[in-house]
Amino acid sequence: MRADLEIIQDWIPAGSRVLDLGCGNGELLAWLRDNKRVTGYGLEIDPDNIAACVTKGVNVIEQNLDLGLGNFASNSFDVVVMTQALQAVQYPDKILEEMLRVGRQCIITFPNFGHWRCRYYLARNGRMPVSDFMPYTWYNTPNIHFCTFKDFEALCLERRVKVLDRLAVDHLHRHSLMSRMWPNLLGEIGIYRVSGPGVLEHRIAI
Amino acid sequence: MPTAFPEDSVGLVTPQVEHFAEPLALACGRSLGNYQLVYETYGELNAARSNAVLICHALSGHHHAAGYHNSDERKPGWWDSCIGPGKALDTNRFFVVSLNNLGGCNGSTGPSSINAVTGKPYGADFPVLTVEDWVHSQALLADRLGIAQWAAVVGGSLGGMQAMQWAISYPDRIRHCLTIASAPKLSAQNIAFNEVARQAILSDPEFHGGHFQEHSVIPKRGLMLARMVGHITYLSDDAMGEKFGRGLKSEKLNYDFHSVEFQVESYLRYQGEEFSGRFDANTYLLMTKALDYFDPAAAHDGDLAKTLAGVKADFCVISFTTDWRFSPARSREIVDALMAARKNVCYLEVDAPQGHDAFLMPIPRYLQAFSGYMNRISL
Repeated sequence: MRADLEIIQDWIPAGSRVLDLGCGNGELLAWLRDNKRVTGYGLEIDPDNIAACVTKGVNVIEQNLDLGLGNFASNSFDVVVMTQALQAVQYPDKILEEMLRVGRQCIITFPNFGHWRCRYYLARNGRMPVSDFMPYTWYNTPNIHFCTFKDFEALCLERRVKVLDRLAVDHLHRHSLMSRMWPNLLGEIGIYRVSGPGVLEHRIAI
Repeated sequence: MPTAFPEDSVGLVTPQVEHFAEPLALACGRSLGNYQLVYETYGELNAARSNAVLICHALSGHHHAAGYHNSDERKPGWWDSCIGPGKALDTNRFFVVSLNNLGGCNGSTGPSSINAVTGKPYGADFPVLTVEDWVHSQALLADRLGIAQWAAVVGGSLGGMQAMQWAISYPDRIRHCLTIASAPKLSAQNIAFNEVARQAILSDPEFHGGHFQEHSVIPKRGLMLARMVGHITYLSDDAMGEKFGRGLKSEKLNYDFHSVEFQVESYLRYQGEEFSGRFDANTYLLMTKALDYFDPAAAHDGDLAKTLAGVKADFCVISFTTDWRFSPARSREIVDALMAARKNVCYLEVDAPQGHDAFLMPIPRYLQAFSGYMNRISL
């Protein structure tokens, strides 16, 4: 399984109901179904990914995240997951609000633009960072809303979103003491577990 | 000399007939006794009887969904692109059953059949049928064939409605439901188009209140008009534009009302003409009414999720982007209700320019997903 999914699955309680936004080829949902009796749906727009989900027997729904989650009732899922898609959506703050409305908890992963390599690239070259991990140039990147961990947490604070857990990892999804101490500088990918202001903090199996 | 059929064709098929003496109670309150259903089968029923798939046809469809009736037949059955060895409905794996619905005009008992009581064609006396009635009659056919449970019930458009109704009416008799280019009920606009089609038929002087057979005529003009209106709704604006544009039949305009000037006029007239020669006007009226009446959620104050609460089948819902007869939004109503009812469902919105007719076309992404879904069905 993809390394970040390996970490995320650990944060999802067995038997829960999950909505996976941008579920890719359905790897996470298929694994959770087979190993943790998890039910739910994945939203995806890429035809090849959707076909892969159908083949796996994953409940995939062709739906564009930029059009919102208006078709889902409030609190209808235990966990709403969105991996590596926050930076690619049209309105990251609105999708975050929608996720928190639909799910009791949300797990979000996104690349950290505050990582030292990004800072160094921009400082040295004066140009937008391009790396193996994020190989696009500014005009053709699907990642249209980059943020740093600090930016994300500022948004959470402003919207009274509770950060229940966070993990800063490198692009191989390893974490270390160093990345725990200086996540915004040393973490390449952030994995956050958050809940809405209306929800009582109830720590679930980790 | 036997003609070679394509390798992925089911080849030569022979329609079969089942007679039913026991009267079938209908939604309208009447019942229909002594009727027959004509059907075809493709592939072999396995020993466990677990590989049967039912095909439900749309408005003007019939039992001949795949293969050829004889070596001279110019075109194979209407869904040959999806039924055959190695195709989405793989006849190496599945036993596919396709019937002509009750009320049809292709061999199953319908308005053009002889009423044994009067010795005359039913005509307008044939009872109005609903999607539920069809599903009940299909269940009786399944009993005859020894099929206790379908691996899948599959249908496009009005056929998709029957598949959905199967999942609601017989939750234990269907494992998978494939609803393609369909809707949970008709919109006012859909009903309006049907009403124009019906009025075209009803106002044809040759209709004779539905008893035209006794006068040895057919309401040809009315049927033609009905089909022409229908055909407009089956194609997208782009598909029509692509096919005909403003192309003319001849070099110049004639400045009259009689000649066929634009290519699209010629096409519609041809379609109407061809249809009026092979379809029964009363059947057309009946099919459009069945469409109009279909609204399974009505039993639960319009709450489709509640209606689907007892469903056990997994669903695969597919729509096409340019279908404006049953737009993707209509399919999403089904999907949203299924998700609210916590049912298993896959949903695809296939980008295709063909409009409603796309469900009959060999569109790669559509066929791939259709095959992918069918292949993972365990037998």
